[in-house]
Amino acid sequence: MMEFCGINPAVLVASLMVASVPILLAAIGELVVEKSGVLNLGVEGMMIMGAICGFITAVSTGSPLLGFLGGAAGGAVLSLMFAFLTQVLLANQVATGLALTLFGLGLSSLMGQGYNGIKPPLTEALNFGPLSDIPVLGRILFSHDWVVYASVAIIAAVWAVLKYTRTGLILRAVGENHDAAHALGYKVGLVRLLAILFGGALAGMGGAYLSLVRVPQWTDGITAGAGWIALAIVVFASWKPWRVLIGGYLFGGISVLQLNLQACGSRIPVEYLSMSPYLITILVLVIMSSGRGRAALNAPASLGQSFHASR
Amino acid sequence: MVTLEKRPSPSRFWSAATPVVAVALTMLAGGVMFALLGKNPAEAIRTIFWDPLFGEFAWYLRGQLLVKAGPLILIAIGLSLGFRAGIWNIGAEGQYIMGAIFGASVGLAVFPTDNRLIFPAMIIAGAFGGWLWGMIPAILKTRFNTNEILVSLMLVYVAEKILSKAALGFLRNPEGAGFPGSRNFNSYPAAANPELIAGTGMHWGVVMAFIAVIFAYILLQRHILGFQIKLAGQAPRAARFHGVNPQRMVVLCLGISGACAGLAGVFEVTGPAGQISIDFNVGYGFTAIIVAFLGRLNPVGILLAGLLMALTYIGGEMASTNLGLPAAAIQAFQGMLLFFLLAVDVMTNYRIRLFTKGAA
Amino acid sequence: MKKILLATAALSLMAGAVLAQDKTKACFVYVGPIGDGGWTYQHHQGLMAVEAEFGDKVETAYQENVPEGADAERVLTQMALSGCDIIFTTSFGYMDATNAVAAKFPDVKFEHATGFKRDTPNVSTYNARFYEGRAVMGTIAGRMTKSNKIGYIGSFPIPEVIQGINASFIHAKKVNSDVTISVVWAYTWFDPAKEADAAKALIEQGVDVILAHTDSTAPLAEAAKTPGVIGFGQASDMEAYKPSPRVSSIIDNWAPYYIERVGAVIDGTWAQKDTWAGISGGEVLIGEITEAVPAEVKAEAEALAASIADGSYHPFTGPLNKQDGTPWLAEGVVANDGELAGLNFYVEGITGDIPK
Repeated sequence: MMEFCGINPAVLVASLMVASVPILLAAIGELVVEKSGVLNLGVEGMMIMGAICGFITAVSTGSPLLGFLGGAAGGAVLSLMFAFLTQVLLANQVATGLALTLFGLGLSSLMGQGYNGIKPPLTEALNFGPLSDIPVLGRILFSHDWVVYASVAIIAAVWAVLKYTRTGLILRAVGENHDAAHALGYKVGLVRLLAILFGGALAGMGGAYLSLVRVPQWTDGITAGAGWIALAIVVFASWKPWRVLIGGYLFGGISVLQLNLQACGSRIPVEYLSMSPYLITILVLVIMSSGRGRAALNAPASLGQSFHASR
Repeated sequence: MVTLEKRPSPSRFWSAATPVVAVALTMLAGGVMFALLGKNPAEAIRTIFWDPLFGEFAWYLRGQLLVKAGPLILIAIGLSLGFRAGIWNIGAEGQYIMGAIFGASVGLAVFPTDNRLIFPAMIIAGAFGGWLWGMIPAILKTRFNTNEILVSLMLVYVAEKILSKAALGFLRNPEGAGFPGSRNFNSYPAAANPELIAGTGMHWGVVMAFIAVIFAYILLQRHILGFQIKLAGQAPRAARFHGVNPQRMVVLCLGISGACAGLAGVFEVTGPAGQISIDFNVGYGFTAIIVAFLGRLNPVGILLAGLLMALTYIGGEMASTNLGLPAAAIQAFQGMLLFFLLAVDVMTNYRIRLFTKGAA
Repeated sequence: MKKILLATAALSLMAGAVLAQDKTKACFVYVGPIGDGGWTYQHHQGLMAVEAEFGDKVETAYQENVPEGADAERVLTQMALSGCDIIFTTSFGYMDATNAVAAKFPDVKFEHATGFKRDTPNVSTYNARFYEGRAVMGTIAGRMTKSNKIGYIGSFPIPEVIQGINASFIHAKKVNSDVTISVVWAYTWFDPAKEADAAKALIEQGVDVILAHTDSTAPLAEAAKTPGVIGFGQASDMEAYKPSPRVSSIIDNWAPYYIERVGAVIDGTWAQKDTWAGISGGEVLIGEITEAVPAEVKAEAEALAASIADGSYHPFTGPLNKQDGTPWLAEGVVANDGELAGLNFYVEGITGDIPK
């Protein structure tokens, strides 16, 4: 095994950072939603709406940056529907989330008619000048487009806000015990609405990264289940922001690694390689949760429950 | 200003009327969408809701409604018990696949023997396969406190890979000229699950779905276990005082829902689908989650919700073929129907009050 | 049995009732959405060509996203009942459903793509010799590679994909004896992001020509990021990536076959057959070879395509050995269609195992 089957670790890390961006963005958004006590299973639907809205915006304005804004807006608008149903009409969150996915897949395909076979404007890697020529580190740290850095920065920001600010405190209070938060005078509905919008916007941005950078083109069903993985990553992270990064990079890393192992002619059977991202994610979660014994209990206490202010 | 006021007990009138109101609202909103797409809205709505039940070919399509609704109902019934107890199995799709693979393996292993016991053995194997796949998240949760949402979901993808391995390798039809896919059970009578009465769509899987509905109804209404399940979901602490063992509850609920999904899988593979193929699973395990909640986790509700979902699939398909509506429009339409059903449901538990700000 | 006969009688009665119409109705069952930009999109182009060719004489209908199995059988029955005269089922997985429904509707013609079962006289099968196009791409790949490493992204290890891998490798090797091929299996029909990762993994391994058996532009977009890496359009022309990295393409073109068969129904000359056409029938089109390819390589590739088209050359002509070195085809012997259709081994020189 020369150089571990010819796989350059620096290149592998650089690839997994790019590969993980969509699920990282969607997962950190969903984390905020769930921290506020709301379970939105519609991530896949919001992602694909972001993918098409971002694609249309970028193609018609010629600006990839506006594309990402358009994608975030698309995801947020769809999440607004979820918010109306679950927060105002107190509909069941699990079912509404799944309906959102169904609706998003359908609507995105309708909107995308006529956008097949078009190449969107290019999102360039940032120019770090000589920094990107540093061996190993240059490739890992200074070779990406802005969204890769943004995804990490957003995770850091969410962590800081949740941990150190009053906003974070209110958000957690609402998620842990909405009756108590209400009694303290916090507007439970408003907090949750904003959290849902934030989650929708980030899922939309993640979707836009798929249609504008990763693939880049529009095809029906382009997200191919990425939203479900994002949901799993939030659980994996046991609702802790930095663990979202670990989970996303672990899953993305194994997915990229298994393809690299195939490409270099490894003798491990392909079907086991293709299962490996899922199995290893389970395995790592088992190790993490058995060590602490309390990881599963970290879920926000009001998660998935409707709130109705009786007074 | 509009506010909601909680009813002391759910309204019987609204709990029956909401589906009707929701369907009516969907017809309006969907009609607008169809009109925007340049189709005749009245015709589209009629094709989706009326034709499969009473149209020219209803004699065929009514049976197909059962074929489509059967697995949805069977899986949803199993899931609903867990959901009531606060146990989140969202990997029924994987348990469905494993049920089909286990069941099919038994049948194909003895091909072409003819024996009355083959089909029952396959059914047991199928239930076992689904149960086994449900036991993985259950045991990981009880032993290592691992979240069952993640494990059950991840195992769906693992099951899909095993399915393709089965279709390409160990269950491949040796007479299939190298193509993927197993033998077709419809040409192996001892292992087949045909229509019990031709043209009705009734096969053993549909029968099983009905049995599951009745069984779940009795369980929840009359049996101590049903009480414990409800209690565990509504008041976990109180449940513990009543001697409900949460570990046992996890094993039981994931086991039952896994077995139900596995049964659905084996009935489907031996009957309507006919064979193991790479794309054997079509998302019943996920749609069943919607069905369970649309039915308010109530067995009778699930039965109706399953039939309604099946109607939109089949009617939607007809609208798509006959009127040239894009499949995407049908998907969006289904999403709308679900939104309205969920939204209008608020009337069951709440009263809408209009009053001025000062009165508050 | 009696009950089945009765049901069959009822079904055929219904089918008989619709024969009186004068317009011929051609119906299509698709496995994906038209917006997939690949497999289903190309079949839909065929439907539109039928409409353009026959105008008022035909009426068309289609159904997207039809899962294989029970749903396919229902959709087919529904189509047959609602008066379709000819039904094209455009995915391998519809094979058993097509034959089952065809047995109940003897007056409706069924055309099943990529399958081999024709149980009743009203079922025909058709397929395209995509491997002919692969042979041309393989020639370009062998000439263009500087690293002598070419890569292939496969979906699932089914005979059609294995034909493609073998045909590409044989012809790359023919013009460049140092060439090796790396195969990556995506194990999915559709996941564009995964295709991008697979292409990237291949490029990292030093591959500089990428052939893809999956239909999105992701591998081309990935190739575009690394200078010197080229690829090919697949299913559709993918002209947005001209002149490089997309240096040529294999285009699925179902229009000639669909026009021929619908025409046969209109004329009343339709008869069962098994069609496996390729470059000569116009079903496999070679997209423009761009200026990124040197003129002599372009000429060589075009000459190969021409010799395949006129029948003077078959891409699987001996001497060829199987991967393990045992002889497959002797000097000058051409592989027969039955053997090709179920191809499940690599030829000599390809490393790695086919997943089983």
